[in-house]
Amino acid sequence: MKYIYDLHKTMLANNLILIYEGEFTQEITKSVLAMAERNMDSMGEESNIKRKVFNVMVECLQNIVKHSDEVDDHDSDQPSAIFMIGKSSGNYIITTGNPIKNENVDKVKGRLDKINGLDKDGLKQLYKEIIKGTEISEKGGAGLGFVDMARKSGNSLDYSFEQMNDKYSFFSLKSTVTGQV
Amino acid sequence: MEILNLEGTEDTPKIMLDKGNGIFEISGRSLPEDTAEFYQPILEWIEGYAQSPNDKTEFIFKLEYFNTASSKLILDVLSALEDIDGTSVLWYFHEDDEDMEEAGEEFSELVEIPFEFKTY
Repeated sequence: MKYIYDLHKTMLANNLILIYEGEFTQEITKSVLAMAERNMDSMGEESNIKRKVFNVMVECLQNIVKHSDEVDDHDSDQPSAIFMIGKSSGNYIITTGNPIKNENVDKVKGRLDKINGLDKDGLKQLYKEIIKGTEISEKGGAGLGFVDMARKSGNSLDYSFEQMNDKYSFFSLKSTVTGQV
Repeated sequence: MEILNLEGTEDTPKIMLDKGNGIFEISGRSLPEDTAEFYQPILEWIEGYAQSPNDKTEFIFKLEYFNTASSKLILDVLSALEDIDGTSVLWYFHEDDEDMEEAGEEFSELVEIPFEFKTY
């Protein structure tokens, strides 16, 4: 049973407010959002910070619902992934992790690098280019999620890919919403 | 013409499209599971309305939050309104919500419709 205490200590040490691991659906997304919102309300968070955090959370969660790749040996038809939100020195850290196919790693990495290389105006231009040119994909995305996360958080998107096996890599993504100074 | 009236939920906006009373409004939160499906009847309603529109159409957006998939569909709504003479947009944003104000400004730059901005 020691893992319970260990997990508890890990959460405290990393200032984690909420961790969700498992299947991601629209219903789960709504529940996680409601919990995080209540948490920020109880901490008396400023409404503009709350909105930015909510915004980044929605894009993160819906990214997983729509884009997480199905691992073959998984016995469910919903993607299994992890979502975490923490607060450190007044800043909100929103992280997600989900498996993606190795063949998609370069594409995702390329998009994130492009976004991280742009300033505020560059991101605005990219947003307008994508929204004008895009059709809603079969998966229901507009291809705007990462751009929006970078714009709303005002910070670059940290990421890593850990190879799981010859088919999948685990994609971790971290965005930071700067809190009140 | 039939009124399109949808109650808002925690992830879909309230919709009121009423030609007779001249009320055209989308308000609340928009992060539906299937954005294209949710906005389809709205786009169809506007298409029908465009056949014989009122002299003036003031379309109100009073959104608290919308996700990126919805932003694409909002642009589709605006593009459909663009072809209707006498259309204007009233874009509401919460007084401390700069992002919603900026989103409205960006939409106004993407379509040829006069926008008016108001805080609530």
